[in-house]
Amino acid sequence: MAADPGTLIDWSLLALSPPGWGGVLLGGLLNSIKIAVGGYALGLALGTGGAFGKLYGGPVLKDLLEVYTTLVRAIPELVLILLLYYAGTDLLNQMLAAMGYGPVDISGLAAGIFVIGVVQGAYSTEVLRGAIKAVPAGQIEAARAYGMSPAQIMRRITLPAMLPHAIPGLSNLWLIATKDTALLAVVGFSELTLVTRQAAGSTKAYLLFFCAAGALYLALTLVSNVVIRIIEARARRGMAATA
Amino acid sequence: MKTALKTIALAAVIGFAGVTGAMAEQIKVGFAAEPYPPFASPDASGNWEGWEVDFMKAICAEAKLDCVITPVAWDGIIPALTTNKIDMIVGSMSITAERLKTIDFSDKYYNTPTGIIGPKGAAFDATPESLAGKTIGVQVATIHQAYADKYFGGAGATVKEYQTQDEANNDLAAGRVDAVQADAIALDAFLQSDQGKDCCEHKGNVKDDPEILGAGVGVGLRKGETELKDKINAAIKAIRANGTYDAFSKKYFDFDIYGG
Amino acid sequence: MSGETSTIEVTALTDLPSGRDLLKPHRIALIAIAAVMVFCIAWFMRWDWLPEYAGRLAQGVWVTLLMLFSTASLGFLFAVPLGLVQVTGPWPLKMLAKGFCTVIRGTPLLLQLWLLYYGLGSLFPQYPEIRQSFLWPYLREAWPYGVAALTISFAAYEGEVMRGAFAGVPAGELEAARAYGMSRWKVFRRIWLPRAVHRALPTLNGETVLQLKSTPLVATITVVDVYAVISKIRQTTYLTYEPLLFLALIYLCLTAILVVAFRTLENKIPTRGA
Repeated sequence: MAADPGTLIDWSLLALSPPGWGGVLLGGLLNSIKIAVGGYALGLALGTGGAFGKLYGGPVLKDLLEVYTTLVRAIPELVLILLLYYAGTDLLNQMLAAMGYGPVDISGLAAGIFVIGVVQGAYSTEVLRGAIKAVPAGQIEAARAYGMSPAQIMRRITLPAMLPHAIPGLSNLWLIATKDTALLAVVGFSELTLVTRQAAGSTKAYLLFFCAAGALYLALTLVSNVVIRIIEARARRGMAATA
Repeated sequence: MKTALKTIALAAVIGFAGVTGAMAEQIKVGFAAEPYPPFASPDASGNWEGWEVDFMKAICAEAKLDCVITPVAWDGIIPALTTNKIDMIVGSMSITAERLKTIDFSDKYYNTPTGIIGPKGAAFDATPESLAGKTIGVQVATIHQAYADKYFGGAGATVKEYQTQDEANNDLAAGRVDAVQADAIALDAFLQSDQGKDCCEHKGNVKDDPEILGAGVGVGLRKGETELKDKINAAIKAIRANGTYDAFSKKYFDFDIYGG
Repeated sequence: MSGETSTIEVTALTDLPSGRDLLKPHRIALIAIAAVMVFCIAWFMRWDWLPEYAGRLAQGVWVTLLMLFSTASLGFLFAVPLGLVQVTGPWPLKMLAKGFCTVIRGTPLLLQLWLLYYGLGSLFPQYPEIRQSFLWPYLREAWPYGVAALTISFAAYEGEVMRGAFAGVPAGELEAARAYGMSRWKVFRRIWLPRAVHRALPTLNGETVLQLKSTPLVATITVVDVYAVISKIRQTTYLTYEPLLFLALIYLCLTAILVVAFRTLENKIPTRGA
């Protein structure tokens, strides 16, 4: 433990194959991405349902959704993750048992996706609701006048028309999802942050591994930003330039 | 737009395949996800290794169980067991009266004294009097935390809780705590590492309190699962009798870890 | 990333559901169901640990609030120059500020926290100069690292908001100020900064709520905030749900108080109806 840079930075620790820990880190990154993608998709599904429910649902549904989005947005993600991780899967199994099925084996990956998805769902509900409200009422009325069914209106008019409004918010949510996966380290799921901590603990090269993991997260964000910009440009085709 | 939705749907399907994919009759063995050498720590290829991993493999082979290692955060390992996330705990968990209120244990499979380490040259030993005013690092949710809270915290020391043993050791080397209390074997492994050799030394073992420190380490099990418990107990007896236990223990220790 | 400042407003909780129309029939039924659930939780779960830990919980809430307000105010102080140089600074400073914001916003806070505490913090003692300096008693503690990480994170997010706010102040106002013969510094102090802060205020509400939700992370580096107290309760009582539910309730109340406080504050600041 001398303070000499030669021993402080031992790059071979990052080698891709053992005894380097690079491979393990990349595996952790892959797990993080899997959870982020899964959780984001689940969150989008919940958010789409939630947004339509909040705008067009009955009074009870509207209130329940309000409670859901308020609770999730008021309680720290870390606490939600702990609660959902233990309680969510436990409740699911108890419900299945009550209905006469055996317990389901819920993998850590599925639990992680579920947890991130529920958290993301509340935020995407709000983003999508705002975007749907931005669609001019006249367009929807016109569609109704054409005799389209509500499902047709949603598929042909509302969803495509709201997309440009929703994309900035949704892309922000994607970036949040990638970073929220780090919180799963606290429940012991082997994503990038936890494997980094294990690697750092085993080799005592804390600074090196935390910086390496930071670089990986940053790379993920930067790549996402490029993709988001492309999607944004596509979605804004034919729209008047803002700003 | 359409392709984007398709990708999302596909991702969702892939994500949830995990739910249905792992439904075989497996025993999920919970390990603390934090490195705890020489008992269990992940190596650079992502595999777990250490004395306790060998022990678990021997037990599962003996009892003919299909075991998979499932890393769980140590501070949530008991909730993970009671909510069926894992089926047993092999995590150097001591059998204590407090824990027996919530979970069940197999017979003990090893036992070690509890030690205190500190910086070289620091003048204190493992008594509450000499540790008064000092900061003692312990791992959360361990017998050591309970012991330090009762004996040292009560006598004027500050007890600092760490999520992993590793980080407590690291902070001792960094001078951010004055002493660390833990399992004497785990501490010994640290003292023999490069980091530990330079900074620290063994200060003594604490006075025993079986009420808190328990009677050895056992496999943690859910209450009421007597069938599994009987199998594990039989397996521990068998590997003790047939020499397997001693064989893999020799790889790590030059003394009898089973204890009296 | 054009719409970023506006999306923060959309996603963060900045307003509570209104209490009007509580007496609609379906709401009465929902409230009744909720009351039954709360009663069941209070009756059938174990809460006997509460009195024993009440003092420590209050202490923990205090630490959480201290963390929140110190880091939010410090962070805001840093956010102003961060935003300013991105709008008007010379290019090296501009790049530096932009890079800082990108790096901090692009990596998880938990990782930054661990990097500071376990990474950087374990390097310090190797230098005897640091070990013997007056700073060492503080560097030994965990909270300075928590404050540093949370401040940096708040500064980066709010700095991005401030950049937008500075850029959004109408050029005409600044020109008018200059036409009055104000010096650059005076223009900044009297016109630019107050106008930019005013524009950024609505987002401050959301950012502070988000910051509150980040504070429990400091428990992972041994700072004893309310989350750490609850973790301790979980470990000594072996209860899974009760302490976590109680913790959720605590944060719910804290968020509600914050939101209401900001609401009153915002109403006090005059705005031209636009």
